[in-house]
Amino acid sequence: MSKPTDKPVYIEPNYTYGDATLHYIQQAAEHGLYEIRGLGAKRRVPTFDDLTFLTASASRYPLEGYREKCETKTVLGTRFAKKPIELGIPITIAGMSFGALTAQAKDALGRAAGELGTSTTTGDGGMTPEERRSSKTLVYQCLPSRYGFNPDDLRQADAIELVVGQGAKPGGGGMLLGQKISPRVAGMRTLPEGIDQRSACRHPDWTGSDDLAIKLSELRELTDWQLPVYVKIGATRVKNDVKLAVAAGADVVVVDGMQGGTAATQQVFIEHAGIPTLAALRQAVEALEEIDKVGEVQLIISGGIRSGADVAKALAMGADAVSIGQAAMMALGCNARHYHMNGRLVDATDDYAAIGTAPGYCHHCHTGLCPVGIATQTPELEKRLDVDWGARRVKNYLQTLTMELTTLARACGKSNVHNLEREDLAALTIEAAAMAKIPLAGTDWIPGHNGY
Amino acid sequence: METITDTDKTVRVDLDESSVRDLNQFLHHDLAASGVKHIEVLNPNGRHNIAVGVDAPVSVDIRGHAGYFIGGMNKQARITVHGNVGWSVGENIMSGSIRVKGNASECAGASGHGGLVVIEGDASSRCGISMKGCDIVVGGSVGHMSAFMAQLGTLVVCGDADAGLGDSLYEAVIYVRGTIKGLGADAREEPMGEEDYARVAALLDKAGFDHDPKAFKRVASARTLYHWNADHHQEY
Ligand SMILES: Cc1cc2nc3c(=O)[nH]c(=O)nc-3n(C[C@H](O)[C@H](O)[C@H](O)COP(=O)(O)O)c2cc1C
Ligand code: SF4
Repeated sequence: MSKPTDKPVYIEPNYTYGDATLHYIQQAAEHGLYEIRGLGAKRRVPTFDDLTFLTASASRYPLEGYREKCETKTVLGTRFAKKPIELGIPITIAGMSFGALTAQAKDALGRAAGELGTSTTTGDGGMTPEERRSSKTLVYQCLPSRYGFNPDDLRQADAIELVVGQGAKPGGGGMLLGQKISPRVAGMRTLPEGIDQRSACRHPDWTGSDDLAIKLSELRELTDWQLPVYVKIGATRVKNDVKLAVAAGADVVVVDGMQGGTAATQQVFIEHAGIPTLAALRQAVEALEEIDKVGEVQLIISGGIRSGADVAKALAMGADAVSIGQAAMMALGCNARHYHMNGRLVDATDDYAAIGTAPGYCHHCHTGLCPVGIATQTPELEKRLDVDWGARRVKNYLQTLTMELTTLARACGKSNVHNLEREDLAALTIEAAAMAKIPLAGTDWIPGHNGY
Repeated sequence: METITDTDKTVRVDLDESSVRDLNQFLHHDLAASGVKHIEVLNPNGRHNIAVGVDAPVSVDIRGHAGYFIGGMNKQARITVHGNVGWSVGENIMSGSIRVKGNASECAGASGHGGLVVIEGDASSRCGISMKGCDIVVGGSVGHMSAFMAQLGTLVVCGDADAGLGDSLYEAVIYVRGTIKGLGADAREEPMGEEDYARVAALLDKAGFDHDPKAFKRVASARTLYHWNADHHQEY
C-alpha cells in the first residue's frame, strides 16, 4: 500500500472518452448490438428556447388578456379535401401506435383531445375501435408496414396521413420488440406472437415522388376526395421533400424534426440523423413560399414541442399547427415518480430501478415494461394508467399550452394566434438566428444574410 | 353518368367520356341502389386508380390496359382486366378477386389482406410484397424480391422466380413450379407435404390453371430473423 501524501489529487476529466462514451463502448462490447430505445434526441441542439418574443409596447398595441378574444381555431386540408378538418386549437396529438402505447393510453389521449376540439392520430399498428370511439377527430396513418390497414377504417377516418418518415428515424422503418407483440397486437399486425417485429422503411406499393402522387390520388379516390391528405416527413432535406409532397398533392405537410419521439429506434439513428425542428420549420416555410403555397397547403411541425411558448414560436415562424408526442405521454405520467391507482398515488421508483433507470431518465418504451403503464402490452402494467385520471391530465396540459399561446399572442397584439409572425421574434443565439433566419436579439443580423 | 347505358343490369362506362372519379363514385355510392351486377369499363388507356375501394358483389370488366393501383383495397368485387396493368394491382385487397389477363408490373397484390389476385401472364418484381393473408396466383414468372416481407397468405408461381424470392418472409408460403434464381434472406426451400399439394391444387383450381401440384416447390421462412441477434452481422 502506498503512503498517503499531501500532494493535491487532480483527476483529469476526459472529454473524448467521457462517462457516456465509456458506457456506450462497454455496452457495445458486452452485447454486440446497437442500443434500441424510446423517446427522442437528448443532445443539445438549438430549439425554440433560443428565440424570444418582441411583445408589444409603444410601437405595437397589446390586447387585454382577460377581455379581448384571441382566436385559436385551426383549419387543415383546405386545398383539395371536400371536408377540411376544423380544430379548436392548433395543437394536435401525433401518431403513436397501439402496440407502442396501450389501448388505454390512446383512449385517454383521444378523450382529452376531444375536449379541446383537436385531433389524435393512429399509428403503426392500425386503428383500434377504442380510439375511434374516444377521438372526435382521428387522423389515420398509412405507413410502410401497412399493419392493420384497411378500407373500412380509412373510410371512418377524418383525415389521412401518409407517413414517408419520422424525425426520430428519417429513412428507418418501425420496430417493436417481442415483449410488446401481445396476442392482440400480433392479430392486428398479422404477425406471429412474441417475435421482434422488423418493418419496412419504404412503402410496398410506390417508390418515387411521381408514384406518391398516384398513391395519394388512390387514397382520395377511395374516400371520394372528402378527407384531407397529409404527408409526414422526417426532417432531413426538408426543402426538397416539402416541395415534392406538395407536388404529389398533399393538403397538409407534417414535418417532424430530429428531436421527435419514437417508441423504439436505434439510438444511433435517434441522435445522429435529421436536422433540428427549428431549422426544419424554417426550411419548410421557405419551401412553401418558393412555390407560392403558403395558406393553400397547411404545415404541421413536430419534434420537441413542449410548452405554449414553443407552440407560439412555431406559429410565428409559419406553422399552421404543431403535433405533440412525447410531451403528451409525459402529461399522462411518463417519467413521473408515481402512477395513480384506485384513487391514490403509488410510487414506481422500484419498477424504474428494475429496468435499470429512474423517474425522469426513463426511455425504456421498447422494453414493454413501462413502470407507469403507458408504453406496455402487459395486462398487469396496463392497469397502472387510470384512463379518467390520464385524460384529465392531458386535457389540463393542452389547456395550459393554449393559455400560454394566447397570452403571448395577445401580448404581441394578435386577436388570432395564426397572426403571429416572424417579426414578433428575436433570436438569443447565433445558431438559432442562422437556423431560424430570425435576427439575433438587439441586432438585425442573420448569419449568412446581406453578405455577412 | 351520362355515358352509362343500362342493359340487363350491365352498365358500360367509357373512360374517354367519364372520369375515373365518376366511375369510382358510382361504384361507391350508386351501385347498391341501382341493382347493377356488372360493369364494363371501356378505354382504360393506362389510367390509374380504376375501381379502387369497391365494396360490393359486382363484376367489373376493364377492357384494355390499365395503370397503377387497379382494384386497390377491393372488397367482394370480381374485377377482370383484359390487358396489362401497371404497379400495385389489387394493393391491400381485402376480399373478392382481381384477375389480370395480361402481365402485371411491380408489386402486384402488395400488402393484400385477403381475397385472390390472379395474374395470367408474368408479374414483375416484388409481387406479393408485404402480403398479409391474400392469395396470389401467377400464371407466368415473377420478378426479383417477390413476396418480400410477406406476412401471411400464399403466392403460387407457375413459371420461374427471379432472385431474392421471399426475402425476410414471415408466415406467408410460396410455391414455385419453375426454377428459382435465388432465395432472399431467411427464405428456404422445404419439402412439400399433403397439405401443400392440397393448398396448391385448390388455388390452381380457383385461378383456372391446369398444372400438377406435384411439380411445385415450397418456400417458407426459416424464422432465423424472428429475434434480434448479435450474430447476424450483415449476412442478409
Ligand atoms: C411512443 C411513440 C410512438 C410513436 N409511433 C409513431 C407511429 O406509429 N407513427 C408515426 O408516424 N410516428 C410515431 N411516433 C412519432 C410521433 O408521431 C411524432 O412524430 C413525434 O413524437 C413528435 O415529436 P415529440 O415526441 O417530440 O412531440 C411515435 C412517437 C412516440 C413517442
Ligand atoms: S415511463 Fe413508460 S412511456 Fe415513459 S419512457 Fe419509460 S417506458 Fe416509455
